[in-house]
Amino acid sequence: MFVARKLVLAHFWVAFVAFGAAIVLGEWQMFVRSPLAQWVNNPEHYYRSVTGHGVVMGYVMPTLVAMGFGYALTELSLKQALIGLRWAWAGFWLVVIGTVTAATPIALGQASVLYTFYPPMIANVFFYLGIVLVVVGSWFWVALMSINLHAWKKAHPGETVPLAMFGNVAGAYLWVWTSVGAATEVLVLILPVALGLKDTIDAGLARVFFSWTLHAIVYFWLMPAYIAFYTIVPRAIGGRLYSDTMGRVAFVLFLVFSMPIGIHHLFADPQVGAGFKFVHATLTAMVSVPTLLTVFTIVASVEIAARLRGGKGALGWVKALPWDEPFMLAVTFAFVMLGFGGAGGLVNMSYQLNETIHNTQWVTGHFHLIFAGAIVIMYFVVAYDLWPQLTRCAPLPRGLMRVQLWLWFVGMMVLTMPWHWVGLLGMPRRMAYYDYTHPALQPQAWTVVASTFGGLALVVSAFLFIYILATAKRGAADPGEYRFSVPLHLPVRAPALLNGFALWVAMMIGLTITNYGFPIVQLATLPDTSVPAIRIGDR
Amino acid sequence: MSAEHVAVAAERRWAYIVGGTIAVLVLMMIVTGIHWASMPPSRVETIDPRTLHVSGEFVESNLGTTLTPDGKAMVRLIAQQYSFEPQCIVVPAAMPVTFRGTATDVVHGFIVGTTNANVMLIPGFVATFTTTFHTAGEQLMPCHEYCGTGHEAMWARVQVIPRDEFLSRARNGERLSCVRR
Repeated sequence: MFVARKLVLAHFWVAFVAFGAAIVLGEWQMFVRSPLAQWVNNPEHYYRSVTGHGVVMGYVMPTLVAMGFGYALTELSLKQALIGLRWAWAGFWLVVIGTVTAATPIALGQASVLYTFYPPMIANVFFYLGIVLVVVGSWFWVALMSINLHAWKKAHPGETVPLAMFGNVAGAYLWVWTSVGAATEVLVLILPVALGLKDTIDAGLARVFFSWTLHAIVYFWLMPAYIAFYTIVPRAIGGRLYSDTMGRVAFVLFLVFSMPIGIHHLFADPQVGAGFKFVHATLTAMVSVPTLLTVFTIVASVEIAARLRGGKGALGWVKALPWDEPFMLAVTFAFVMLGFGGAGGLVNMSYQLNETIHNTQWVTGHFHLIFAGAIVIMYFVVAYDLWPQLTRCAPLPRGLMRVQLWLWFVGMMVLTMPWHWVGLLGMPRRMAYYDYTHPALQPQAWTVVASTFGGLALVVSAFLFIYILATAKRGAADPGEYRFSVPLHLPVRAPALLNGFALWVAMMIGLTITNYGFPIVQLATLPDTSVPAIRIGDR
Repeated sequence: MSAEHVAVAAERRWAYIVGGTIAVLVLMMIVTGIHWASMPPSRVETIDPRTLHVSGEFVESNLGTTLTPDGKAMVRLIAQQYSFEPQCIVVPAAMPVTFRGTATDVVHGFIVGTTNANVMLIPGFVATFTTTFHTAGEQLMPCHEYCGTGHEAMWARVQVIPRDEFLSRARNGERLSCVRR
């Protein structure tokens, strides 16, 4: 069992090597914009670097982790060989070829449009084609996840889909619908201009399409982390999952509420009316529900682990937790970062408060805490947990894992807390450098230095992570059968609604269409909204 | 079996508490949004960036701050790679100021210092919003959206002057300016 071992390893290695390269770019950016390095600030190189960092961290790394983890989950939780192994490899190669195709114009300075594209700026056509290949490759994975689930259901009539696979397929469906927004933007609006067939583009409409993807993509990144919360963490720390049902509810709620909220990214934009901004703001509040459910469920699961180990009292059980266990550290760090990042997110989504921090360094701080903090630290956990299965390696060095996780947590807090602070002071984001001699900016200079050191800790942590994986002694041990967390209440009998996706996918599509239909039709039918394209690298 | 019931009851209790908390928060948002009418910029108004300079509201002679006939402060500005026009804006403290702005080329945006004046300028659309500055003094107004390699150099200034000074200076109907010539 576990025939897709090489496939999963290939996904993880490409993901983590790209991650290692992109994190160096990120740290270099913080260094050159800090007062430590005012002699090296070439803005042109800076924005190439931001584009590379964003494209890898936003599209390549999380997509490959979700795909690899998804293939592993299929075999491990369904206990059946992966159907469509060849198609999976084809999808993998599409992602790899797409990554190289997009990276080349970025490196050449022909695609400094950052990962959100920014029409009417238009990059070299190969940049967009590369990203299209990455997305199409990931759609192979979506189809395979669906096919594998249905094959299993056919062979096991009436049985409950394992929670890990349920979350995995929810993530796949979420992604395929999420990516429709940016895909439409690229295929319909951008590519004709990038190919030279058109000279103008509707920038406002393009931003609306991108917003469809822009927020929900975070929930796609987040799914593997949440699957790890529910199905790995309780087992790894010797506890039980408090509620299997809560997991299912959380996954389907993400499916329903991730999409119809993206216009909250356009609160300050003139091309969307206040009504739809308000509707999206209200629905954005709803995505806090699955996260709050998860936090309660996982904390309860952790409490069970502590009490099983003899923990007593209202809070005394906290001491009884296995604090030397890397996975215990990781989930704690993830929750702390999710707490701060989530609180920041509530500020972003409430459109009155958002005016204070829109497009400032606060936003960068917010999504680094959520994604690079809470989510990526769980990607580490996923890799650490699967490595013995994938390589039959000897147990990984726990001391090094603890150091690596601590460095990531401390580094991320030192990086992002100053960003939140200067964001409140109105420091704009995406700047290649600041003029620290200006009296209004001079007092903010220390924050950039602090973030530079935070970033340094993250680089060290990332390389330690890759080192731990690369030096694992392959074939030295038999890991035994892989186990997921056992829920508190057995046997698990999920109600039919929580054992399939028909209703939830219908709600997802229906809500998106009601929430995006009018703004899109309105903008598409407004006359004369196309503006001249500005090509990158022309000047 | 009774332990099972206790666990199920506790789970349900927590679900009600969490659900209730969220419902209250969402309700608060809806009430404050509608009742206080605190709305973000909201008009879907289009404009052709190719003809901005030659005719209409955003020609050079119409940019900057004026006192409208009905006694309101109005700021018109445009953003382009890599500057704002005008580069220094005079606004009054303690009275509502309406901004109308657009971009001539790519997407720009601005925020004024530590205030809530914060908007995106999308080519093809006019952004309108009204805000009030509470304290006098000079603030920075950076472009806060990536607009190309000169983005980091795109900073303007805003001078917030006392209301009376503004009204006396604006009375003769001229545009107010703090651009160094």
